[in-house]
Amino acid sequence: MTDTLAAHEGSYLEYEGRHKGILGWVLSTDHKRIGLLYLSAIMVFFFVAMTLGVMMRLEMLTPGETIMKPQTYNSIFTLHGVIMVFLFIIPAIPAVFGNFIMPIQIGAKDVAFPRLNLFSWYLYMTGATLAIISLFTGGGAADTGWTFYVPYSIRSAQNVSFTTLAAFVLGFSTIVTGLNFIVTIHRMRAPGMTWFRMPLFAWGLYATSWIQVLATPVIGITLFLIILERLLGVGVFDPALGGDPILYQHMFWIYSHPAVYIMILPAMGVVSEILPTFARKDIFGYKQIAISSLGIALIGYLVWGHHMFVSGMSDTARIVFSLLTFLVAIPTGVKIFNWVATLYKGSIKFSAPLYYVLAFIFIFSIGGLTGLVLGALATDIHVTDTYFVVAHFHYVMFGGMGIMFFATMHFWFPKMFGKMYNEKIAVIACTIIIVGFNILYFPMFIMGYMGMPRRYYDYLPHLQGWHILSTVGSWILVAGIVFMFGNLLYALLKGPKAARNPWGGTTLEWRVSSPPTVENFDEIPVVTGGPYVHDKPTYIMQPSKELVHENGDKLKGETLKAH
Amino acid sequence: MEQTHESRAFGTENHSHTVGYGTYIMVWLGLVALTAITVTVAGMHLGSLTLLAALTIACIKTSLVAYYFMHVKFDNMVIKVFIAVCLLIFLTFWILTFSDLSFR
Repeated sequence: MTDTLAAHEGSYLEYEGRHKGILGWVLSTDHKRIGLLYLSAIMVFFFVAMTLGVMMRLEMLTPGETIMKPQTYNSIFTLHGVIMVFLFIIPAIPAVFGNFIMPIQIGAKDVAFPRLNLFSWYLYMTGATLAIISLFTGGGAADTGWTFYVPYSIRSAQNVSFTTLAAFVLGFSTIVTGLNFIVTIHRMRAPGMTWFRMPLFAWGLYATSWIQVLATPVIGITLFLIILERLLGVGVFDPALGGDPILYQHMFWIYSHPAVYIMILPAMGVVSEILPTFARKDIFGYKQIAISSLGIALIGYLVWGHHMFVSGMSDTARIVFSLLTFLVAIPTGVKIFNWVATLYKGSIKFSAPLYYVLAFIFIFSIGGLTGLVLGALATDIHVTDTYFVVAHFHYVMFGGMGIMFFATMHFWFPKMFGKMYNEKIAVIACTIIIVGFNILYFPMFIMGYMGMPRRYYDYLPHLQGWHILSTVGSWILVAGIVFMFGNLLYALLKGPKAARNPWGGTTLEWRVSSPPTVENFDEIPVVTGGPYVHDKPTYIMQPSKELVHENGDKLKGETLKAH
Repeated sequence: MEQTHESRAFGTENHSHTVGYGTYIMVWLGLVALTAITVTVAGMHLGSLTLLAALTIACIKTSLVAYYFMHVKFDNMVIKVFIAVCLLIFLTFWILTFSDLSFR
């Protein structure tokens, strides 16, 4: 009974249930605490991978050896990729903010399977631990690149088996989280929250979750086949035994291309939350944005072959995949135009999260449009496996998901911790990050066009100027990131108390206290309208006191009568 | 319509469907026969059709196992739709992969 009372009164940060201290966190099934468990782990891995990235740039400052040997460089770019992709980019927004915010946004007290949710965090940590162990055991850290292409991944003397096993385990974590979100969104929406009254972040997560559930098993089994090839020599990818090395690339990209959309769709969902909040205006083209998420998820399944245009694939397949690749631009364009239209004639309030979103739209558009250069067969042949590709995917992944992760942190930070950060510093940090980002990655487009191959330890002297510029950009970027996190950390420790709704948001999470209580709501609210309506309330937070019918369909008339 | 009601009742309420041993034995014999056909076809040197034949037979066998032994036949519609979606996606993977393999 005492617990129940506490659940309604105290915040989830203060709540003390059966376990106290650290156990109260690592054994908690509360979706908010699990979100923060993910956040703490993910931040550690982000800083590790970022440090590796900076070391790579330092090595490229001069031709030949600068700070490390070639073998170390090979392992470092592999680890940078593996950690960033599997431990940061894929889980960051869904596992942290999806867990924390989505149940509140749809009016639920938790996810559908809270214990499974905690289990997925343990799977994530197990996978991460295996990845760390792989660094120090066997022949040393893998040196194959994060793509683990055969035949090299089968022949490499480094500890490839362990690293792939880590990715295999991490895949399970992704699948479990995806499954949990699908069931939660289907079964736990508050009364009256129809599909088209659902916030667009939840739509983004829904589309993402389907990709997670349907595509991740493919990478699991593919990486497992690498282990079998290395240990038993089964020959699936070995031509000498009747296998096909290009089959590996098909299977790898059948997952890993949709994974790009696992990375970006939740970020796009947050864009659709932030823009109407700071434009003080209903989102333009709600249904189109919602359905375009599913469109991107669907078409994203069918384009994997564009990673293989020079791998020896048939001409027919190349033409088919090139055509399909261009189709992805349509739902993506729908989103971009709708976002810009949302700002049109809005009553815009420039705050830190909006600055990040505007930077995202600019940077992601560059990333997307250079993707078309790579999707076209003729131009792709010229720039395949050059720095152009590296620049493109950093513009899309870091400029897209990474920048939006920062935006999301700033947007929901007051809600999650009940503290407010210094906005002026946040905007200055954002500016430094955007400047550093472009100085770091834009020269890579030029170097790629000039023929600088990716993953090379050395380069010709005429490229050094661009490499120096890029390395200086990495220093500026890192300074901005440290500045940004320093500001948030200071706010966490000493920041002023945040209001319930500091941004004037219209979705359900802004109707609960900052930080939320353990069970989020005293009563499950009833939804009476769309998520981004600014001029009238579209939620009834205490329906028992307002004689509201529980059935969402009949709600409108009943509510009007009641009032 | 009647069938839908019937399957819903079977799928969600009491699982009261009973399948006789005769049906299971017939399905099993069917699977054995299809295996025999697969082996025979593999020895006939049909060129590129060999793979197609083997896959078609494998699909039929999988359907029989799923439909009878895994009781998909008696599940409600939503399960059938989900399985159909997964199969459709799997089929798409195959077709697109074969757009490479068959035209190299």
